[in-house]
Amino acid sequence: MTAATSSNPARAEILRRIRLAKGGTSDTAVSEAAWNLVAREYRRTAVLEPEAVLELLEDRLRDYDAHVVRVGRGDVADAVARMLTARGKHRIVVPTGIASEWLPAGFEFVVDQGMAAAELDKFDGVLTGSTVAIAETGTVVLQNVPGQGRRAVTLVPDYHLCVVNMVNVVETVSHAMDRLRGTAELPTTFFSGPSATADIEMTRIKGVHGPRHLDVILVL
Amino acid sequence: MSGVALDPKTSPTFPMAAKTALGDTQMRKNVRHATDVIQAKRARVVAEMPDWQQLREAGKQIRQHTMEHLDFYLEQFEENCTRAGGVVHWARDAQEARRIVTGLVKASGSEEVIKIKSMTTEEIHLNDVLETAGIHAYETDLAELIIQLGEDQPSHIVVPALHKNRQQIREIFQRKMNLPGLGETPQDLADAARVFLREKFLRVKTGVSGANFLIAETGGVCIVESEGNGRMCLTLPETLITIAGIDKVVPRFQDLEVLLQLLPRSATGERMNPYNSIWTGVKQGDGPQTFHVVLMDNARTEILADKEGRQTLNCIRCGACQNACPVYRQTGGQAYGSVYAGPIGAILTPQLQELHHAQSLPFASSLCGACYEVCPVKINIPEVLIHLRAKVVNQNTAGIAGLFDFEAAAMTAMAMIFKSERRFRAAQRLGRMAEIPLVRKDRQGVGWIRWLPGMLGGWTQARDLQEMPKETFRDWWEKRGKNGN
Repeated sequence: MTAATSSNPARAEILRRIRLAKGGTSDTAVSEAAWNLVAREYRRTAVLEPEAVLELLEDRLRDYDAHVVRVGRGDVADAVARMLTARGKHRIVVPTGIASEWLPAGFEFVVDQGMAAAELDKFDGVLTGSTVAIAETGTVVLQNVPGQGRRAVTLVPDYHLCVVNMVNVVETVSHAMDRLRGTAELPTTFFSGPSATADIEMTRIKGVHGPRHLDVILVL
Repeated sequence: MSGVALDPKTSPTFPMAAKTALGDTQMRKNVRHATDVIQAKRARVVAEMPDWQQLREAGKQIRQHTMEHLDFYLEQFEENCTRAGGVVHWARDAQEARRIVTGLVKASGSEEVIKIKSMTTEEIHLNDVLETAGIHAYETDLAELIIQLGEDQPSHIVVPALHKNRQQIREIFQRKMNLPGLGETPQDLADAARVFLREKFLRVKTGVSGANFLIAETGGVCIVESEGNGRMCLTLPETLITIAGIDKVVPRFQDLEVLLQLLPRSATGERMNPYNSIWTGVKQGDGPQTFHVVLMDNARTEILADKEGRQTLNCIRCGACQNACPVYRQTGGQAYGSVYAGPIGAILTPQLQELHHAQSLPFASSLCGACYEVCPVKINIPEVLIHLRAKVVNQNTAGIAGLFDFEAAAMTAMAMIFKSERRFRAAQRLGRMAEIPLVRKDRQGVGWIRWLPGMLGGWTQARDLQEMPKETFRDWWEKRGKNGN
């Protein structure tokens, strides 16, 4: 704590009010002991077979209109080419550290070196890897690591093609948070389908400001 | 309704505002449709979860635990956020929060800000204050954009423009975006918003947001959203200013596994909302390089000090109680005279006003309990409503004022009557005599009272009262034969 914060009268006053309201000061030991007593009787162990988990993820992603394919480790570039061709996308931005064997010939891949948002806006799409995927909710999680990149890169382009390694597919939200805890401080984005809104008469519209189309390649 | 801010200090009482709202059949139709759709979606995705009740219980306990150690978790959040490059500010009340945010925007060198939908900024009427300071705030959530361009006020925590239908929205966009040929499908309207806002996202250098959760353990902030406007505001500007009530803190990253399951299913009936963003301080080369968090009290510590009212702070702003509430579904949100409407508004707003204003809101409920049943963190709203009703009555009848309070006098008289069988029977006889001039018989010979005098007239304004039975249960019981006939 800096001298500036400890002498901040608003801070001192709010903390004083809180301690008065609840009758005392909480410290690390007391808070930790009490936190451990929170009843967590919800599902925290996996119940599905690995294949069932993958099928659930595929089903949930298709529910969001994403195209999903499964390929072997050596066939990612082919799958990327097929997906991009099907969507009519050619000029693709990729984050630094993307696996070069994922990039097929015949397309223009440009590595992001901190481009301005207006530059990113000119690409047809973005291709990235991913950290973890949650089957039950159809969610893919990205973090700022090589191959996934900074947040703007997966936000501004209108199309996102995402590669998910099958070993990173988990069943529930709880399992995903377990995996993410070690790197919780990295900028993290969960996405579940393309951007959407239901603000007009509760009609779900896919694609507002984020990428309007999303496809996923599952890799063995 | 007009563009005048929903301020509990100046709003009419709920019964008055509700009467106006009930006359707006289009609004009621829109609200009924929207709440029906969300409720059905919510019910479907909640039913999918075999452990929903266990999640609710964990959610409740996490929130309760947080409030019991709020000082520790706020200090921990501050320490970790600061270490990660964020700057933490503290605001005792709305005025202090407004002053801090205005100063920070000015210091960022921008005369415009892009905003993520935030109930906390609505609570302190931040946009008006910024405008006065020469700073224009662009709301970027579609519903908030509709509200802002329509010079309207929000009516729901999650879907603030649910009282507007597509034709009304098209009319606003045609006028304000200068798009005379705009179509009226939701897709047309969303596309128009995309084009209108994209230019702002790419240009404006300062963002303002609220927060869904502040993570004490890491110093991180979590925001859940659907459209991607949130990600735009969190990622593209050079400066980001986040305003959060002190109640928004959660102890650990792991606690999100509970809250991120409860919130989307309760709020929009989705298994997960399209986007969740979590960031911690400043990350070089990724997102805003200047990041401020303003932690605001604004009477939350008053609520914390009230043992029965304290659970109000557990709210995670999902809006499920609004969709389920038979009162909200009739009146819509604006009748509550506060940005927090519906059951949660009926308990939160008066407490944020320390019961000096919005005194009618705890009475805006039939205590049916639907809100409690859907609350993802099990806030017992009916219990708090009753508690607040008692506080309002005690406050208003304290001292000499109580002697002149008609309702208090009536309640005292009622208590006297109910305490004695003799007085009770006498009162019933008196009632049957007094009603004679008011009773009119219908074709079946049943007597109805269609008008009552004075303060009792409120009852007969909306419904007829059947005449008192000729024989009371007690009389019948005493007269009946030994065999029960």
